Amino acid sequence: MSSVTATSGESTFIPSRASGLGKTLDEIRVFVWRNLSHIPRMPERLADVTVMPIMFVLLFGYVFGSAIAMPGQVVTADSAAFYRSYLIGGIFVQSVVFMSITTAVGVVSDMKEGVIDRFRSLPISRVSVLGGRAIASLFEGGLGITVMALCGLLVGWGARAGFGNAVAGFALLAGIALAMICLGIYVGQLVKNPMTAQAIGFTAIFPLTFASNAFVPTDNMPVWLRTFAEWNPVSAMVQAVRELFGNVPAVDPMAAGLIPARDLPWPLENPVLATLIWIVVLGTIGMTLAVRKYSQGKDR
Amino acid sequence: MLEMSGRTHRDGDLAIEAVDLRRRFGETLAADGISLKVPRGSVFGLLGPNGAGKTTTVRMLTTLLRPDSGTARVAGYDIVRDAVEVRRRIGLVGQYAAVDEILSGYQNLFLIGRLYGMNGSQAKKRANELLERFDLLEPGKKAVKTYSGGMRRRLDLAASLVVSPPILFLDEPTTGLDPNGRAATWDIISTMTKGGTTVMLTTQYLEEADQFAEQIAVIDHGKVVAEGTPAQLKARLGKSTLVVHLDDNMTEAKARSAVDRYAAAPPALRQNELVVQLNDLGQTAEIITALAQAGANLDQIHIAKASMDDVFFELTGKNRAQEGLAA
Ligand SMILES: Nc1ncnc2c1ncn2[C@@H]1O[C@H](COP(=O)(O)OP(=O)(O)OP(=O)(O)O)[C@@H](O)[C@H]1O
Ligand SMILES: [Mg+2]
Repeated sequence: MSSVTATSGESTFIPSRASGLGKTLDEIRVFVWRNLSHIPRMPERLADVTVMPIMFVLLFGYVFGSAIAMPGQVVTADSAAFYRSYLIGGIFVQSVVFMSITTAVGVVSDMKEGVIDRFRSLPISRVSVLGGRAIASLFEGGLGITVMALCGLLVGWGARAGFGNAVAGFALLAGIALAMICLGIYVGQLVKNPMTAQAIGFTAIFPLTFASNAFVPTDNMPVWLRTFAEWNPVSAMVQAVRELFGNVPAVDPMAAGLIPARDLPWPLENPVLATLIWIVVLGTIGMTLAVRKYSQGKDR
Repeated sequence: MLEMSGRTHRDGDLAIEAVDLRRRFGETLAADGISLKVPRGSVFGLLGPNGAGKTTTVRMLTTLLRPDSGTARVAGYDIVRDAVEVRRRIGLVGQYAAVDEILSGYQNLFLIGRLYGMNGSQAKKRANELLERFDLLEPGKKAVKTYSGGMRRRLDLAASLVVSPPILFLDEPTTGLDPNGRAATWDIISTMTKGGTTVMLTTQYLEEADQFAEQIAVIDHGKVVAEGTPAQLKARLGKSTLVVHLDDNMTEAKARSAVDRYAAAPPALRQNELVVQLNDLGQTAEIITALAQAGANLDQIHIAKASMDDVFFELTGKNRAQEGLAA
């Protein structure tokens, strides 16, 4: 029972015995509030999720787009316009995957602050701090995706496979984001310095996003790279998002005999299912490790 | 007493009871078997030099750090098994300010209130009360990272008092405060103790422990090396000393030969003084007589009463010396 009574003009509050889901959700809400309250005082944090993807859309879309055509096609004004639509799916996924880095950096700064000690000494659930961070990051990511979608619309992208599929596409991005955030929360607790988190993140994630179908089709890559790229979870995610937004080439170059036929690996044949599996696997691993690490404390 | 604490620990009269707490960091034994008993409603001082293991002990008792072995009960609850129950009953002012640097002072206090389960308006009311009491109303709207060290410390203390915890841990609460801030902090803490709060504080300031703690444990190298009330410690350990100023007339050899026969422990040379520990008055008279016969002037001899400093240095200094011998 919690109660407020007045003693010597000041209110005294005895913390409630209550525990359970309701209390935990309320705590998570408070931590979401905390993390979002940081934004007005450090707006540069939002630059990562907004400015960078826009730069990618413009640079890749117009610089590379003017020279890239789908396999079997020649470069024309039409191919450049299609490439920009094609590219957006890749950049959606890329920016969502990069959320693992921004989250990790946020967590490192969080953990460095003494305030974590105070949170740990409060009668609150162990997962609230992390849950609040995850949901706040998700909000930031949502903002990034919105900005990017608007930017995409300006350069000719559109969700062309119907409303239901478009909703599914955004839901899938949210799922990927959540899994990446969980991994980021774990990694953020492993390192002591935001720069290290950033370095680890970039070293792991740049190759993963570039050695994939995010920016160019994999068909003409050298075989060793193509094999890696097509099994790379990023490719399945990008392919799933492209299918749900209807941004795949109108003519399948392989079916049309424009490039040699071959069997695609299972994740690319079933990209949505593969992506869901990746979300569950990466999300579960990330969440388990993150919660375990947090409950062990930072001195372990 | 033992049977009772086993049966109904919650009603015991000990606020804190630690048994043989140990914690190792790599090669360092930060806590090497700490046992403490802190009666409800008392002020307990943990005194020790840098690296003694004070913070480690406090962090274990406040559930921030798991002991490698040993047990402790805080407010009757086990610090490992019932950590959440412990956390409902403690406030912690850590050695380093535990506040959110980016939020404002008000937002920090509001946040803590909400996390304790207050609703929005309760948390708001409490935050404003505390800002006023800690003289932070004006800077309360600014980000904490713009605060001075003293303001941060006050906010930290306020954050620990959002709910009035029955047991308050203060790890060097006055470090980095100016004399005003120190006095204000002590004011607030003594108001708390008058209201029945149990306080465990760590400090390197001997006067502080002497003045405020009813019970003191001196720790060094992760071990409790002495325990008692300030008076007991002074009586037991801080023996009065007799100091002989040496000169050409009264050389060290002369002084030693006069004193050796009577001294309880071998006299120590400190610059140009010979320091003799005194056990009782009768012995003191004999030593003075012997020195006078050897030719000492009366103004070459004086007797110093024990201070907490002597206690502290005797305990911790001795430990170091023994270690040096063992090495
Ligand atoms: N997280 C840690 N990792 C490694 N060693 C640690 C850690 N925390 C404490 N130690 C070591 O344990 C010993 C005790 O440290 P502790 O912080 O408890 O001392 P203290 O009495 O609080 O000292 P101070 O007066 O300087 O605050 C020190 O030798 C310290 O270096
Ligand atoms: Mg310390």
